[in-house]
Amino acid sequence: MISGSVAQWRATGSWRRLMRDRPIVPLFALLVLLIVVYWIVRPGVVNADWAGVMLRAAVPLAILAGCQTLTMLTGGIDLSVGAVASMAGFLVASLVASQGLGVGLAAALLAATAAGLLTGIGVGIFRVHPLIMSLGVSFVVLGLANAWQIMMVQSSTGVPAELRTLGSDRLGQLVPYSFILFVPLAALILLALRRTGYGRMLFAIGDNPIAARLSGARSWQVLVVLYVISALMAAMAGFLLSGLTNVASVTLADSLVLPSVAAAVIGGTSIFGGRGGFGGTMVGALILTIISALLTALGYPEAVRQVLFGAIIVAVAAAYTRVTQES
Amino acid sequence: MTATASTFDGARTGPGDMLLTWLRRNGWNLGLLALLAALLAYTRLINDNYGPTGIQSLANAVLPLALAAVAQAICVIAGGIDLSIGSMMALTSVFAAANMKGQSEEFAIAIVLATLAFGLLLGAINGTLIVVTRVPDIVVTLAMAFVWGGSALLVLRTPEGGAAQWLKSLVLGPLGIEWVPKAAVVLLVVVAVIWLPLKRSRLGLAMYAIGSNELAAFRSGISVGRTKILAYTFTGLFAALAGLSLTANTGIGNPVPGPYTLMSVAAVVLGGVSLAGGRGGVIGPVLAVVILQLIQIDMAFLSLDPNLALVSQGVILIGVVMFGSLIQWRRSRR
Repeated sequence: MISGSVAQWRATGSWRRLMRDRPIVPLFALLVLLIVVYWIVRPGVVNADWAGVMLRAAVPLAILAGCQTLTMLTGGIDLSVGAVASMAGFLVASLVASQGLGVGLAAALLAATAAGLLTGIGVGIFRVHPLIMSLGVSFVVLGLANAWQIMMVQSSTGVPAELRTLGSDRLGQLVPYSFILFVPLAALILLALRRTGYGRMLFAIGDNPIAARLSGARSWQVLVVLYVISALMAAMAGFLLSGLTNVASVTLADSLVLPSVAAAVIGGTSIFGGRGGFGGTMVGALILTIISALLTALGYPEAVRQVLFGAIIVAVAAAYTRVTQES
Repeated sequence: MTATASTFDGARTGPGDMLLTWLRRNGWNLGLLALLAALLAYTRLINDNYGPTGIQSLANAVLPLALAAVAQAICVIAGGIDLSIGSMMALTSVFAAANMKGQSEEFAIAIVLATLAFGLLLGAINGTLIVVTRVPDIVVTLAMAFVWGGSALLVLRTPEGGAAQWLKSLVLGPLGIEWVPKAAVVLLVVVAVIWLPLKRSRLGLAMYAIGSNELAAFRSGISVGRTKILAYTFTGLFAALAGLSLTANTGIGNPVPGPYTLMSVAAVVLGGVSLAGGRGGVIGPVLAVVILQLIQIDMAFLSLDPNLALVSQGVILIGVVMFGSLIQWRRSRR
């Protein structure tokens, strides 16, 4: 069946069409290639245990890249995810000793909602460019988190054991708990994008905002809700990340902001909106995680790793654009 | 674009209308200037000792960020955005500092020129990659930020190196009267010598054209790709100037990029340059940088938590941009 359709593709056009319509195919090929390279470089390391470690590391990045995917579908971007995620992780860690885990989580989610609401109101109602709006919000969030940190300097701060388990432990030493949490979230996002009216409106607004408005979509409502969802997902990534690293810092997730955008772009979501999806983004996040692990395994110093990481992102994005775009 | 438009207006209308047109066109910059004057007066009010020394340190703190804002403004006007400015600054700064250390004053002249050429090269690579790969600007420059930042770490692993005495004295201290900081003069001279001729040239016009409507520019015979590459090349040049000013200010090179990339985007938007491209200039962003810096200084004088300065910068950014889009919205309704 599959080989038959491939032959048909070849007959009608070329590989290019297959790649354009199923962008996940070349991505998976790249992923397999990377795993093979890793297997050659470090023989014997690639096994189920290794896969679990990779998944665990990829989950927070995949969630943050999900924020970028959803906002990029509408032609936006969310640069505040790093600040919101770090703030959420830190807020929980600073409140858990005195108030308990429930209060900490609730406070963090509430703060994230407020940040997302602010971004959403700016983007949706005041029509501020999402890049600049989310940047401004990230300044506010980081500044307030810093001020909070100074206020809390006397009290004890520690990542709660529950989050540590969730972020870094694995069920039967194999499947990470964070991945078990991620699967329903990913299913929800995939389903919402494909099957619900809200998901279609995200595509519609990004593809042609005027047409979306004329056909009755209240784009401001869609956008306000979207940026709140994005902030809540960022907070979730922050919980997992603080659990994974056992660190609570107000700049914890900052270094993941640029990779999250890169993962969404490599995954085939257009930064101009209207095209893409979460499936490719997940593979993109996994690819970036493995590249990063591969560069570490090869023993390169930090400087060389950064250079190669950037160069690979450009190369993959360029190859991808070349393959999937019609000339 | 603006230059042509104003000549036409002037030909058709009287001097009063010309003044009105000029006011409307420069309204944003005049507003920023008024805000800056008010802030300076307020600074003087809360701190009687604020005088020449304060202005000196303000100018020195502003110089790198202002040059970064000019760099960002150029590629934003051409319809792009460069998220690698901070990394390019770090790379050019360590390049200059590592090569100047222990060398003669005369040799440093060659190093400064080489650094500027290096900046041109970095910008040209950014622009060429964007044009050739057809990957969105934001993605390419984001990835190149890693490449340039990593390269900076390859040149120097820790903040060190040196700077020639003449380079340091070029930006430190007053020029003649104590109220005129050298750093401010350097900024004005650099902008006047590079940006003004560029803006009035065919290339400058082409940059505004591709920023405002790429297809229309292409159909009127502008080579879009070449113009874009050149715009990024000038961005690289100004990033190198900003990197050099960092080395001159501190006397060393720091391989870790400062917060300059995102601050430059903020300053460009506050300065009235549309992120959609084709609008604005470099005066507004420079004024915005001075205002942001002065607010930080005022908050220190009021002995407020320095983190609140970051919050206030974010609030100002959001507030001003919302205000700007409200004005635009009302105009489009009229």
